[in-house]
Amino acid sequence: MKRHLLSAADLSRDDAELVLSTAAELRSLADRPIKKLPALRGRTVVNLFFEDSTRTRISFEAAAKRLSADVINFSAKGSSLSKGESLKDTALTLEAMGADAVVVRHGASGAPHRLAHSGWVRSSVVNAGDGTHEHPTQALLDAFTMTRHLGSLDGRRVAIVGDVLHSRVARSNALLLATLGAEVTLVAPPTLLPVGVDSWPVETSYDLDAVIPKADVVMMLRVQRERMNGGFFPTPREYSRRYGLDGRRMATLQDHTIVMHPGPMVRGMEISADVADSDRSVIVEQVTNGVAVRMAVLYLLLGGAQPVGGDE
Amino acid sequence: MSTYLIRNASVLGGDPVDLLLRDGVVAEVGSGLDAEGAEVVDATGLVALPGLVDLHTHLREPGREDAETVESGTRAAAMGGFTAVHAMANTEPVADTAGVVEQVWRLGREAGFCDVYPVGAVTVGLQGERLAELGAMADSAARVRVFSDDGKCVSDAVLMRRALEYVKAFDGVVAQHAQEPRLTEGAQMNEGELSGKLGLTGWPAVAEEAVIARDCLLAEHVGSRLHVCHVSTAGSVQIVREAKARGVDVTAEACPHHLILTDELAATYDPIYKVNPPLRTRADVEALRAGLADGTIDIVATDHAPHPHEDKDCEWAAAAFGMLGLETALSIVQETMVDAGLLDWAGVAERMSYAPARIGRVADHGQPLEPGSPANVVLYDPSVRRPVDPAGSASLSRNTPYRGMELPGRVVATFLRGRPTVLDGALV
Amino acid sequence: MCAQPAPEATPGRVVLDARDIARALTRISHEILERNKGAGDLVLLGIPSRGVPLAERIAERITSVEGYDVPTGSLDVTMYRDDLRLKPARALLHTEIPESGIDGRTVVLVDDVLFSGRTIRAALDALNDIGRPRAVRLAVLVDRGHRELPIRADFVGKNLPTSLVERVRVTLAGVDEVDAVTIHGEGDTSEPTGEAS
Ligand SMILES: [Zn+2]
Repeated sequence: MKRHLLSAADLSRDDAELVLSTAAELRSLADRPIKKLPALRGRTVVNLFFEDSTRTRISFEAAAKRLSADVINFSAKGSSLSKGESLKDTALTLEAMGADAVVVRHGASGAPHRLAHSGWVRSSVVNAGDGTHEHPTQALLDAFTMTRHLGSLDGRRVAIVGDVLHSRVARSNALLLATLGAEVTLVAPPTLLPVGVDSWPVETSYDLDAVIPKADVVMMLRVQRERMNGGFFPTPREYSRRYGLDGRRMATLQDHTIVMHPGPMVRGMEISADVADSDRSVIVEQVTNGVAVRMAVLYLLLGGAQPVGGDE
Repeated sequence: MSTYLIRNASVLGGDPVDLLLRDGVVAEVGSGLDAEGAEVVDATGLVALPGLVDLHTHLREPGREDAETVESGTRAAAMGGFTAVHAMANTEPVADTAGVVEQVWRLGREAGFCDVYPVGAVTVGLQGERLAELGAMADSAARVRVFSDDGKCVSDAVLMRRALEYVKAFDGVVAQHAQEPRLTEGAQMNEGELSGKLGLTGWPAVAEEAVIARDCLLAEHVGSRLHVCHVSTAGSVQIVREAKARGVDVTAEACPHHLILTDELAATYDPIYKVNPPLRTRADVEALRAGLADGTIDIVATDHAPHPHEDKDCEWAAAAFGMLGLETALSIVQETMVDAGLLDWAGVAERMSYAPARIGRVADHGQPLEPGSPANVVLYDPSVRRPVDPAGSASLSRNTPYRGMELPGRVVATFLRGRPTVLDGALV
Repeated sequence: MCAQPAPEATPGRVVLDARDIARALTRISHEILERNKGAGDLVLLGIPSRGVPLAERIAERITSVEGYDVPTGSLDVTMYRDDLRLKPARALLHTEIPESGIDGRTVVLVDDVLFSGRTIRAALDALNDIGRPRAVRLAVLVDRGHRELPIRADFVGKNLPTSLVERVRVTLAGVDEVDAVTIHGEGDTSEPTGEAS
């Protein structure tokens, strides 16, 4: 593994499989009376969240604590400092606190990259979601959830449906799933696919009904409220009709196909309530798996000897 | 006023001759001139060019004196071989009245390192709503001839048409920052494969090309001259080329950074590479070089855009657009055009001195180094290579994208009306 | 503790062959039963990687004597090792605690080679986080000496005096090609596998 986890592209297939197998071992910890391991005793993990995301923060916090790390939560949202200054100034503060890892969520794409490579901090940096760029631990937990249901992802068909353009989850999943040998199809209206998507290691389609009967996994992406008025599609109703997963579409899935959603869901928009609550839905399990996967990432980044200097 | 005898200078890359600078003009050109009473500058091995003229400089004063002042900016200009710069209007307050342009003009005269020609804003406050008092600025002591809302595009078609028409009364020119605003809302970098991967909002080529195409048609329709700032895409080059072929009175500029750097640098997320218009692809770079070589692009202009450290030492989206350019422009042109065999030194003089002076209607600059011409001269050593050290910059800012790169050439001396502003590579 | 056997440059000196190993395991099985007065509350936990198949073999033998299954599992000690921070983060090995748990039972830890004792110390810490056994015993195929902690084995297949520069390698059919314990001397630069510290 590299010293930082900034992008799913930082993970080789061996790295990704190591994270997943480590997570599989760590997941059993949830069934034990003492849900704690000593691996990160004396290490300090800082959760640096410039955007609200209680779910992701709690997941990282639980992961770090189960590995016996000291956890500092630093919510910089609403800081009166200008956006740019606060990232650097906060970083310098964290450095002074002796953080071994900084888990950063930031609204600007590339902010974790800046943190890792600008010389502001010496700690490992874990990207917990940056702008419309990436969210690699979400992709890892999605892949982990898939492997628990499907085994190896080699040749498995994964449909990722919705606002790919603004989705860091889609970017990280496309990269990681391709690394793990899955065949990914991004399904979206043309306005919500990024320019240059043809160079990604994926297929694309505008037609949800044509894609999902062959899929082993259907991952629905959230449509954020601000996009609804952004002119990317005419109306929420038309979007829902063309790209929403409802009971009728669910009936066309194969028996083993699972439905995923990185959350939070907009029920009735991209996913209907009966689908979200159906047996196929592994949405709640995704949350559980998130802790194990984040434990694996923190253990593999911090559990061993810390590299002295150097970027990677 | 002292007299300087420049010995053995290779004027425009030609055979060595002597140049005698006296009373602010080139008094004599020839071999073995008499050094009597003159200070001798040995220019053996150096190329002599007419003083460079920049049509696109941000001097930041008034308003952002923490980034640059007229004094510091003109020092940097002199170090880069410039004897005249056009100071863009996007200051605080905006240079949209005779008062502000005269202030900038006066600061330039006091600094004395190069002549400063203020650019007037096209619209009040760069707001793109109503015309600024273009005539008053033209009639002021600053004698403004170039008008631009640079930093913003005059996107309203009617307003642009009126501006193009109106400045004809005093032989002015509108220099357009071509950027369709709706297509570039929140734009951070060139739109392409990489912007999608990096999750940075794209700045599509079409947002530049659509405005240039429209403006060429408008200029053709109303019979005005148009200048296009910082052309950055292959498509824009082609649009200008076709307009020129039709006889449209359009001129265009390319910036040094667009001649050498590409959008791949954005993958570092280091905002030192954030500029507007953004760095484009290798194919765009090649098209710009070809356009500059064949004259489709008339001039090189620096778009020198100083920013204080904190405006670049942050995440990409929060950072300011722009990069330094004055001190490295000639080196970049040597590297990308001269050494590449696309342009000779006469071509460099045309693109960086004669043509920008013509477009800006600057009479005292951009003249051939002949007896009687103003003694604006730059002596340049193309044989050396030097690493770019931001700390050594004469600018108040340090945001050069060439940090650590090794570039060819060095300005050894700059003369403004016969007086050295730079000698032995140092400010005088 | 390497999961992957590395190719051997030299074969080394065989100190236990397949029959020796079988005999040693049979003896250990009987000693466990004797000491424990039957298999009633026994749990065998192998320390990965080669402690696990050894535990399984011992369990088979006990089953054949006593006529019922002994709960057997594996206990990874990676995160409890005192040298965790001295090397890059290592892959975790499998931990599987039998469903019946370890509380109130007699846990026999099984490993291939007992050397410094540090692995066993880590295993005791790991056990502590899983439950409270009535007693913990230690069975090893080879005790090569050089203890660095006050730890000793209750059941030993073979005491094997070694010098510190020597390496002891245990291979087990199923994981490796054959059952064997070999000693690799000084000058053998290849890294033996299956060596406990
Ligand atoms: Zn501009």
